[in-house]
Amino acid sequence: MRLKINGQLQNFAQELTISQLLEQLQLVPKQIVVELNREILTADRHTTTRLNDGDTLELIQFVGGG
Amino acid sequence: MDPLIIAGRTFHSRLMVGTGKFASNQAMVAAMEHSGSEIVTVALRRVDIDNPKDSLLSHIDPERYLLLPNTSGARDADEAIRLARLARAAGCEPWIKLEVTPDPYYLLPDPIETLKAAEILVKEGFVVLPYMPADPVLAKRLQEVGTATVMPLGAPIGTNRGLRTRDHIAIIIEQASVPVVVDAGLGAPSHAAEAMEMGADAVLVNTALADTPDPAAMGRAFRKGVEAGREAYLAGLGPQRQKAEASSPLTGFLRNDR
Repeated sequence: MRLKINGQLQNFAQELTISQLLEQLQLVPKQIVVELNREILTADRHTTTRLNDGDTLELIQFVGGG
Repeated sequence: MDPLIIAGRTFHSRLMVGTGKFASNQAMVAAMEHSGSEIVTVALRRVDIDNPKDSLLSHIDPERYLLLPNTSGARDADEAIRLARLARAAGCEPWIKLEVTPDPYYLLPDPIETLKAAEILVKEGFVVLPYMPADPVLAKRLQEVGTATVMPLGAPIGTNRGLRTRDHIAIIIEQASVPVVVDAGLGAPSHAAEAMEMGADAVLVNTALADTPDPAAMGRAFRKGVEAGREAYLAGLGPQRQKAEASSPLTGFLRNDR
């Protein structure tokens, strides 16, 4: 399965949910906002949403800013 | 200090601080604490997947500070709206510092896109604090669509050049029906004091605190500058004159015979 994550193409051997993807990338779900194909996915949907080949994801977090 | 009320919420500090560009999270926290601020701004960016960093939020006490996400990096209204929605989805309160800055050299806010985004975000229930050029007409238009404040710039972001837009900010203050927060370009406590003396309701500072060897001390200095300026404004500044007006009595000089 090929996913575009933060503008970068990546291949994954197996099917994944959002939660499983975040775990595989070693990201803390509480600190991340997920946008899947331009739609915001709230945390309660992370475990139930399966990713499909060709999906585009944005993984966003807070950083310092003025 | 007298309280500052924004969108029905009461604050006891009139100094907002940004969290960008600090040398370390420790320096950022020290500046925040010493500034006495109750509102801190943050930005949203992509996670660096190859090198994920420890979350900024773990350093900011949500009991003590209202987190004010900004839409920095947005070049038009659509990008700003997208960022605002992401911030809200992250669990923040629906407060947003709206920034639309298509020009990468001076980072000046786009008035048309800012107004467009403000109108939509207000309708979506956001408390909108728009960063804006110091244009009194635009300030009115933003208030009309329901923004919670207006945030005219003193000078371009990060320049530390002070209140270059002073005359226009004075008009915005005179006509404002919402709090006026002078944002961007304030580089010294005297700049903050000057804005507050003019009757600004608050100021926002980032670079001045981040780009100094001692952010904690600068945080304290700005706190005092803001408080001094506010007190002077409330007290009422004396009138300016062209000619001297003696402070000491003009009678009883030693040289005069009676």
